[in-house]
Amino acid sequence: MIGQNSKVLLGPVDQIPVGQGRCFVVHGREIAVFRSRSGTIFAVENHCPHRGGPLSEGVIGDGKVVCPLHGHKFDFQTGQGSEAGECVAVFKIRQEQGQIILEK
Amino acid sequence: MKNFKQKLVVIGNGTAGARVVEEILKRVPGRFDISMFGAEPYGNYNRILLSNVLNQTQEPQEIFLNPLSWYKENSIHLHAGIKAFKIDRERRVVLGVNVPQGQLPYAHNDDILPKSDIVEESYDHVIIATGSRPFVPPMEGFGAPGTFLFRTIDDCSAIAQYARDCRKAAVIGGGLLGLEAARGLLTHNVEVTVIEAAAQLMAAQLDQESGQLLRRTMESMGLRVLTGTKTAKIHSRDGQISSLSFADGTTLETDMVIVSAGIRPITEVAQNSRIAVNKGIVCDDQMRTSDADIFVLGECAEHRGKLYGLVDPIWEQARVLADVITEKNPQATYTGSKTGTKLKVMGVELLSLGEKEQGQPSDEVVTYREPNRAIYKKLIIRDDRIYGAILLGDTQGGDLLMQMFLNEERLPSKRSELFFGSVKNAILINVADLPDNAQICNCNGVCKKEITDAILDANCKTVAAVGKKTKAGKGCGSCRGLIAQLIESCLGEVTYDPSEHFYVPGIPLEKSQLVAEVKSRGLKSVSAVFQELAGGKEDPDSKVGLASLLKTIWPKEYVDERDARFINDRVHANIQKDGTFSVVPRIYGGVTSPEELMRIAQAAMKYKVKMVKITGGQRIDLLGVRKEDLPSIWKDLGMPSGHAYTKAFRTCKSCVGTDFCRYGVGDSIALAQKIERRFQGIESPHKMKLATAGCPRNCSEAYVKDIGAVAIEGGQWEIYVGGAAGSSVRKGDLLCTVNSHDDVLKYIGRFIQYYREHAKYLERTYGFAERIGIEILKGILVQDSLGICAQLDERIAEAVEAYRDPWQEAEFPAYPHQFEGPRLIEVLHEAENNG
Ligand SMILES: Cc1cc2nc3c(=O)[nH]c(=O)nc-3n(C[C@H](O)[C@H](O)[C@H](O)COP(=O)(O)OP(=O)(O)OC[C@H]3O[C@@H](n4cnc5c(N)ncnc54)[C@H](O)[C@@H]3O)c2cc1C
Ligand code: HEM
Ligand code: SF4
Ligand code: FES
Repeated sequence: MIGQNSKVLLGPVDQIPVGQGRCFVVHGREIAVFRSRSGTIFAVENHCPHRGGPLSEGVIGDGKVVCPLHGHKFDFQTGQGSEAGECVAVFKIRQEQGQIILEK
Repeated sequence: MKNFKQKLVVIGNGTAGARVVEEILKRVPGRFDISMFGAEPYGNYNRILLSNVLNQTQEPQEIFLNPLSWYKENSIHLHAGIKAFKIDRERRVVLGVNVPQGQLPYAHNDDILPKSDIVEESYDHVIIATGSRPFVPPMEGFGAPGTFLFRTIDDCSAIAQYARDCRKAAVIGGGLLGLEAARGLLTHNVEVTVIEAAAQLMAAQLDQESGQLLRRTMESMGLRVLTGTKTAKIHSRDGQISSLSFADGTTLETDMVIVSAGIRPITEVAQNSRIAVNKGIVCDDQMRTSDADIFVLGECAEHRGKLYGLVDPIWEQARVLADVITEKNPQATYTGSKTGTKLKVMGVELLSLGEKEQGQPSDEVVTYREPNRAIYKKLIIRDDRIYGAILLGDTQGGDLLMQMFLNEERLPSKRSELFFGSVKNAILINVADLPDNAQICNCNGVCKKEITDAILDANCKTVAAVGKKTKAGKGCGSCRGLIAQLIESCLGEVTYDPSEHFYVPGIPLEKSQLVAEVKSRGLKSVSAVFQELAGGKEDPDSKVGLASLLKTIWPKEYVDERDARFINDRVHANIQKDGTFSVVPRIYGGVTSPEELMRIAQAAMKYKVKMVKITGGQRIDLLGVRKEDLPSIWKDLGMPSGHAYTKAFRTCKSCVGTDFCRYGVGDSIALAQKIERRFQGIESPHKMKLATAGCPRNCSEAYVKDIGAVAIEGGQWEIYVGGAAGSSVRKGDLLCTVNSHDDVLKYIGRFIQYYREHAKYLERTYGFAERIGIEILKGILVQDSLGICAQLDERIAEAVEAYRDPWQEAEFPAYPHQFEGPRLIEVLHEAENNG
């Protein structure tokens, strides 16, 4: 697990193609980090609660990611899924001088 | 128990009857004790959609407006299947009787003097809304089995049922309804001839030139048209229709006859009750008949000497009648209606408003002609307002013209803008600026205020929700664009609703509208489309569909933003349930070589693929490849992508054909390879799987492919389109028969391009071919009825030319990190936290 109040440096933001996501493995946990066209970044758990689809490979837009396997949608702010009862963990994340910093 | 409510009896449970009751209930729920007589044994349905039922685009149950439960909920006593025959004005009762089994509800029987089973309803007020019946011109033989009229849902089912055993049908009457009936019959696989007594089709709405053009369009759909032809007699033999003979002595063989030659108001109830009847039941500006307690509206009413045969006037009449009868506004007046006519025939766009010819020398006439595409537009302008208009072949902007006509708006001085929009593409009328009482939905008579109320007060955020609440947009559908604009002007945005006909959910436009916007604004990337047409909101569910469409519109200039692609199209492989990918190299026509097979085997071993599978499309699938390995496995294979992962041309299977098969009459392998080399990877609204067969034994299953080419004796090839053998199974429709491989390529290319341009996103060819109809497709793609074949050929050639094997990205990735897998972050980086 990521330690309390810890920060993890994920490296330069441009390793994520614009408008896409990328999976990072931090302490053995897969985290999907997205970079929207407007430049904001978001991080959620990579593992889709439906059947484990890799969310980092999903199409994003309007603050949501669409799972590539069956199209369930998840909100970047709340983690809430489009199907009742499905939810993913959301991580705090920010950019500083072109670097991505994951907080928890 | 004594009932103090006023008693209202409505005779006729059709469009007008049900509507006026709704208007009354809106004003004074519960004031009246309402009962209704309806000769048809159903609740009220949308009569204008019967054409759709006949052409099989809608099911009968879809067109009901007031199901039986509606009557119950509103405590209306409905006498369904009971015909009122008299109003006894002394005793103040309405008398009705059962419609006998087997009799048409609109049958003319003034000899009705029933002996038993009379239903009586006492009244304080009566509303007559009996509509009309089809008119049968004098001819011998009508009424025999196999002769039909077209007015009710039961007529529709009887026609459809009978057509099953027929090869030929004749429709007598070349007006609006006759043409809709004729087009509908085509979908029942019969040869249809339309017989019109006047010198042209739709003589009431079209001038000579547009009548002529419409005739050509109808003929290109496969209809036969006879004008200037009067039917004298319908001949039967052995209880079946055999032929028609005409006034000029000629004859026509046919198996069934539908007469649709105009309508006449149903007035017997009024006549039997000694209420004033002229051509229709006469009423004043308050919709009162000669008896002040008895009102009338709809097609049976004659107001200021005029009869109407469209739904539009009914909405206004119903409002006035309701205002008067409920005393909400006893002075309300109906002063007559202007009407426009729209032809709802699939594949024909036609709008006609007001007069068809110039009325005086000072009238200004503006015309635009494009004979090749069968387009004709004419405006007759008087005092700077529309006096008449005809739009044929292209009705874009027609709903705005209709608005300007109905509201008598002053026209812009540049008349061309009325046809083509202004140079800046500004909208001519802003719906938001229309008056509250401007009618937006002409099919269901819904005005702007009702729609904005639904949006603001009832919280309807989608076109569908507005439709559910107000019925707006639920007729012909042409006002949906205006409703979306109203939602947008009230709420700032239209909410996505999958039941809409938008091409993609996030942009409130149907495909043709979207394409027009994309082209006129020059939008070449998905983000530009969102920026311009969705206020910058990037709907994730719309990205992939838009990307595919843009690539079709701009084969060369398309700005390919990879984030708009589905993962499969980002990495050119099919994602599997465990997050690995499958790799299917292209094997042209299903023919491979030992060398290729060895490379495939070596790659499979080197990358430890989890399964090697022969696919249904005659190629080989390597399953379980990691994303990081994709570029190197492609390089090792040295074969192009088979596009097994995307909405595009997939494969062309073949049978062994003339090379080896003893039955083969055409070289199916060479053809399949040519097809596959030409169309490989062409994106389309959905996937396309093809096949060629060397003879009609069809071993490669070409009849059930999206497109199939089958060799027949004589060196010819039959081209089938719209086949399916997936969750739906359908044999393709024969598009044409051609003489050479080159011609096969030409027609396949044309069909593919037409499909790419006109199908809805995710609509397979079988749905598309069914929706458009094979006869129309033949007309467009083979006979070139729209004059667009040359352009289609050109555009598919451009798309072919723009093709690049996506697996080349193994050498030159499209963007950094394209094929990288998860990145392991080492704990080391956690350092700075106490920094
Ligand atoms: C196939 C078709 C397509 C059409 N398309 C269009 C279109 O695109 N646009 C357009 O504007 N208009 C169209 N119309 C015309 C439109 O449907 C009519 O103008 C409208 O329905 C008339 O309404 P109404 O209430 O006056 O008559 P109806 O809807 O016919 O209602 C009258 C009802 O009263 C019943 N009735 C009659 N006599 C009695 C009696 N004595 N006792 C009890 N019940 C009785 C009848 O059986 C009928 O059900 C179309 C019509 C048809 C048939
Ligand atoms: C002399 C003529 C024919 C030869 C040599 C031949 C040979 C073959 C062979 C070798 C296969 C592959 C079997 C397999 O995959 O295990 C096959 C499959 C098939 N054959 Fe034939 N066949 C002949 C005639 C026909 C005819 C006349 C028909 C149809 C009426 C037919 C329909 C099929 C079908 C539907 C398949 C399965 C196709 C698929 O798996 O995709 N064949 N044939
Ligand atoms: S379709 Fe005809 S030519 Fe082709 S393999 Fe089958 S039998 Fe032979
Ligand atoms: S695994 Fe994500 S939607 Fe099914």
